[in-house]
Parts: sequence; structure tokens; C-alpha cells
Amino acid sequence: MSGSVITAVEKLETGIPGFEHVSVGGLPKGRICLLSGTAGSSKTVFAVQFLVEGIRRGEGGVFVTFEESPDDVMSNMLSFGWELGEFVRDGKLAFVDASPQPDQEVVEAGSYDLGALVARIEYAVGKVQAKRVSVDSLGAVFSQFSDVATVRGELYRMAVALKKMAVTAILTVERTEEYGTLARFGVEEFVADNVIILRNVLDDEKRRRTVEILKFRGTDHAKGEFPFTVIPGEGLVIIHLSETKLEQKSSTLRVTSGNDTLDEMCGGGFFRDSIILVSGATGCGKTLLVTAFVSGAQKQDDRCLLFAFEESREQLFRNASGWGMDFETMEEEGRLKVVCVYPEVMGLEDHLIRMKKEIRAFQPTRVAVDSLSALERVSTGKGFREFVIGITSFIKHQEVVGLFSSTTPTLLGGASITEEHISTITDSILLLRYVEMFGEMRRGITVLKMRGSMHDKGIREYAIDGQGMHIGAQFHGISGILSGQPMQIAQPEIERMGSLFREELGE
Amino acid sequence: MNKFRLTLYVTGHTPRSEKGIRNLQRICAEELQGTYEMTVIDVLEQPQLAEDQKILATPTLVKELPPPLRRVIGDLSDTEKVLLGLDIAALGGANERKGK
Repeated sequence: MSGSVITAVEKLETGIPGFEHVSVGGLPKGRICLLSGTAGSSKTVFAVQFLVEGIRRGEGGVFVTFEESPDDVMSNMLSFGWELGEFVRDGKLAFVDASPQPDQEVVEAGSYDLGALVARIEYAVGKVQAKRVSVDSLGAVFSQFSDVATVRGELYRMAVALKKMAVTAILTVERTEEYGTLARFGVEEFVADNVIILRNVLDDEKRRRTVEILKFRGTDHAKGEFPFTVIPGEGLVIIHLSETKLEQKSSTLRVTSGNDTLDEMCGGGFFRDSIILVSGATGCGKTLLVTAFVSGAQKQDDRCLLFAFEESREQLFRNASGWGMDFETMEEEGRLKVVCVYPEVMGLEDHLIRMKKEIRAFQPTRVAVDSLSALERVSTGKGFREFVIGITSFIKHQEVVGLFSSTTPTLLGGASITEEHISTITDSILLLRYVEMFGEMRRGITVLKMRGSMHDKGIREYAIDGQGMHIGAQFHGISGILSGQPMQIAQPEIERMGSLFREELGE
Repeated sequence: MNKFRLTLYVTGHTPRSEKGIRNLQRICAEELQGTYEMTVIDVLEQPQLAEDQKILATPTLVKELPPPLRRVIGDLSDTEKVLLGLDIAALGGANERKGK
């Protein structure tokens, strides 16, 4: 080597939100990266987004298409807001059209190479001063020629030529299984330095898209699969929990729950930047608690954003006015925004991104979600866990107070999967439970957990009427409420238990 | 008599390019007897032409006239396939019969 300095691998940003985190800075600069995925796993979108980002930064791009015609690529990418045609006119982007020409019969007579392809790529790179090249997709070349060995050798030659051109390149390649051979035709053998896999797995009737960096030779990256979604107007968005650092500031400022007795039970209200989970069976007053929390914004000059996944706007407003709370005025004053969507209208990843967007736009000081468990329906367990972590950490970062409601599947006692995922992330948990006593359904509320604060440990009875929730006295002489099997304990037994502890303390 | 217009795209002065050119010259001389016009284009020198014609493999022989447009790729060592690809096998046969 003639005095060349060996430097660490630089990275080139892809402009795909979240990918820079997963890849610790982007794609290895000046190298070739294999992007493998099944049909419909958004390889082309990834490849184009990478070029578009380069063009935004003033770097030219070349798109080599083996599959779709340039016109098709251009029109397909319009929905993401990428005006590729304009880039081409401005000399920032060049297409190398290697797509099959259906009107032309090709006869093979003797040995051949793909010299013209390499020459065209070189020419295009020079024409637009390209720093980024995307080739989409390698497998399609094999369908155009009969001699697989020749084509494989020629693609290797193309890869070598790309390296010489000092561009950062993405080569997409199809695979037939989500978890199987990396690529068809063995093309991974010559570009095995950097491999990214896009997956589109059907799991429990739901599609789950993930991206995984299999390897980056000589440089760091996050390991494992990261969920992503494809959004019109934006392209790929990766949901990366790695960004979710546990470094939220903590505040001692309290905000009202909208219910004075509940504030007392919590030691003076919720903390400004905490997440509260309200768990309860159907009909036990979760939405009422959410409504009270929303109207609490009025008392404290807050702005509240409510995500409703179960009830329509009209229902919510009617219910609120039934309890004497005026949502309409709050909305007019700009203190309240209600977002009502059916959980089923989109995937959980899209919900997450949309919710983040709404929160950023409205800048609320309190966020309520009613209910979190409704969202569980549209996702797999794993996806839901990622969603919960994603949304809670985001809300905490915004330093707002978040109230989530969650429905327990059983009427008495019981916990839901939602709680399983969320309970360790939340700062406070309120349990609403039915208590069956003497042939009567009564309701009990307790503060199970209140991070960083003293709170009432008792299970207290509450009633709901036209004015809202009224929390009364503690249940006495009853045990087993949380397990769903309340038992009355005789008075002498309580005294005996009490005296046991007194003796221990005395020792 | 229809005149053949043939263009051969090659990459540089490689043995394969030379072979392709020689084979084409031979086939033209044997089968087309002066009724052809032949151009050789080096894609390294004129990549825009390769781009316009969407040439991938080299050598590629394009028959522009008479229609239909036909393409043959390879070093043209398989004469029969070249004639088949250019749609002149039948013509060659007719000439042969005339000769007899």
C-alpha cells in the first residue's frame, strides 16, 4: 500500500428515521450493503429513501433497476412525496434501466458478459456525481439470462466496480423465506460484508415488519429485529427502543387526578411526569376516571390530549356532560383535543407513530389513553410490548403525565396481558375491582403502586353517580378482594392477627 | 432486396469483443452478401448509446432493419442461433434454394 492511511469505517446517514440508531450512524460509507427480504418487504422503498436522503444532502444518486421500469418506480414513489422525476431533470438522480424489455426477444448465441451494465453504471455515477447507488433487485437479473454462473460472476464484477467508484451502495435481493437462506442464486457470497434483512412476517393474522442488521463488518450496530412501518408521505420509519433511554427527569410537581379523594390517596395527586395505569373490569368506572383526569386539566391550566379507542367523540362528550364536565368548552378553549380511532384501522406501529405526531403537534401537559387494552387486539404480544414501551417512554420524555386505562378480562380479580407488559414501566397503578359481598356487587379502588410517594394502602369502596366517582371508606373485615374471592374475616381473627404483629414488634 | 442494418455493442477491446466482431463479419459475408450495413459501438466510449438502447450484456447484436427489432447476445459463435435470432434463417435457406 502506497502510504495510504487505514481509517475506521465511516457511516453514511440513510435518512430513514430510526435506522441511524439501529445502525449506529448509518450505512458503512464507501461499501456495499446487501438488503435482503421477501417480496413486499419494502426493499425498494428502503433503497430509494437512501438515495433521496443523499439528494437532500447534495449528493447525487443512481438507481439501477432490474425489475420495474424507471417510470413505474417514479410513480410508485410519488406516494412518499419523493419527486424522482424532478431529481432526474435537475441532474441529481440517474436511472440505469436494466428492466426486462417485454417487446424484445433475446436470443443467446455464444458467451457474453455484463460489460455494458457496468459501463452504464459508471457513466451514470459520473454524470450526476453520485455518492450513493441502489441496485434493485439482483434476483431479477437472473430471469433475463439463462447462464446463471455467468450472471453471478458478472454481478461480482459489478460489485467490485462499485467499490472502485467509491460510492456507498445498496444491493437488494429477494429471499423466499423469512427465516431461511439469505438470498437466491447465492449472490450473498460476494457482498457478505454488510447484510441487512427486512422481514414481513405473518404472525397471528397480523403483518409485522422488522429490520435486522445481520452484520456490518468492522463496525458496530444494534442487534436483533426492530419493528418498522411504511408511511405515505414519509417512507420507512423504524421504531427503535434503543433510543428509549432510562433517563427521564423526575419532577415532584403534582397534578390533580380530577378527583379530590383520589388525590389524597395518592399523597397529593399524580406526579407531573409519571405514567399511571388504571386497571379494572368492564363497567367499573375506568372511562369515568379518565374523564375526571381530562377535566382536571381545567383546574390546573393544563392541556390534555385524549386518545379514545373504544368510544366515539359524541359518546365521550355526552358521558362527560352527564357527570357535569364540559368537554366542548375545553375544546373551544384549546385545552382539550380528542382523537378517536378504531384500533383496527391500522397496525400498532402506525398507531404509535400517529400518537407521537399528535402529541408533538398539540404539546399537551397531560395525555390520556382509553383504553390501552383495546390496542392489544390489533397486535401480537411482542408488538404490543414494544408499543407500550415506545409510547410510555415517549410520553415521559415530553414530561407530561400520562393516564392509561386497561381492561381486565375477568370480572373479579385478575390481571391482563396489558398489565404484564406495562406494570413495571408505569409509575403508579390504580386498581378498580368489583367486590362481591353478601349478594351485592360493590366496587373497590386501591393505589397499588405510587413510585416516589407515600400513598393510601387501603382498598376503599367507591360509588358512581351523576356527579362522578365518590370514594368512601376502606373495606374492613374483608380479605381476598384482589384475588377475586373476597372473604369475610371474623373480628376475633383480626384481633388475633393484630396481636401477632404487636408481639413481633415488641421483641 | 431489404437491407440489413446491424449494430454490435461491445465492451472495449477484449478477446470476446474481437471474437464477436469477427463472427458477425463472417456471418454477414456468408449469409447477407453485401445487403447489410454494420456498426460496432464500444459501450465504454459511448455509454449513452448503451443507455438509450438499454444494453446490458456484451456483445449484443441489434437488428434495427428490417423490422422487427431483434437482439442476439453473446459472441455470436453459434451461427445457427444468430440466424434464428435475426430472423434470417428462412431467408438464407431461400437463397440456398435459388442457388440450386
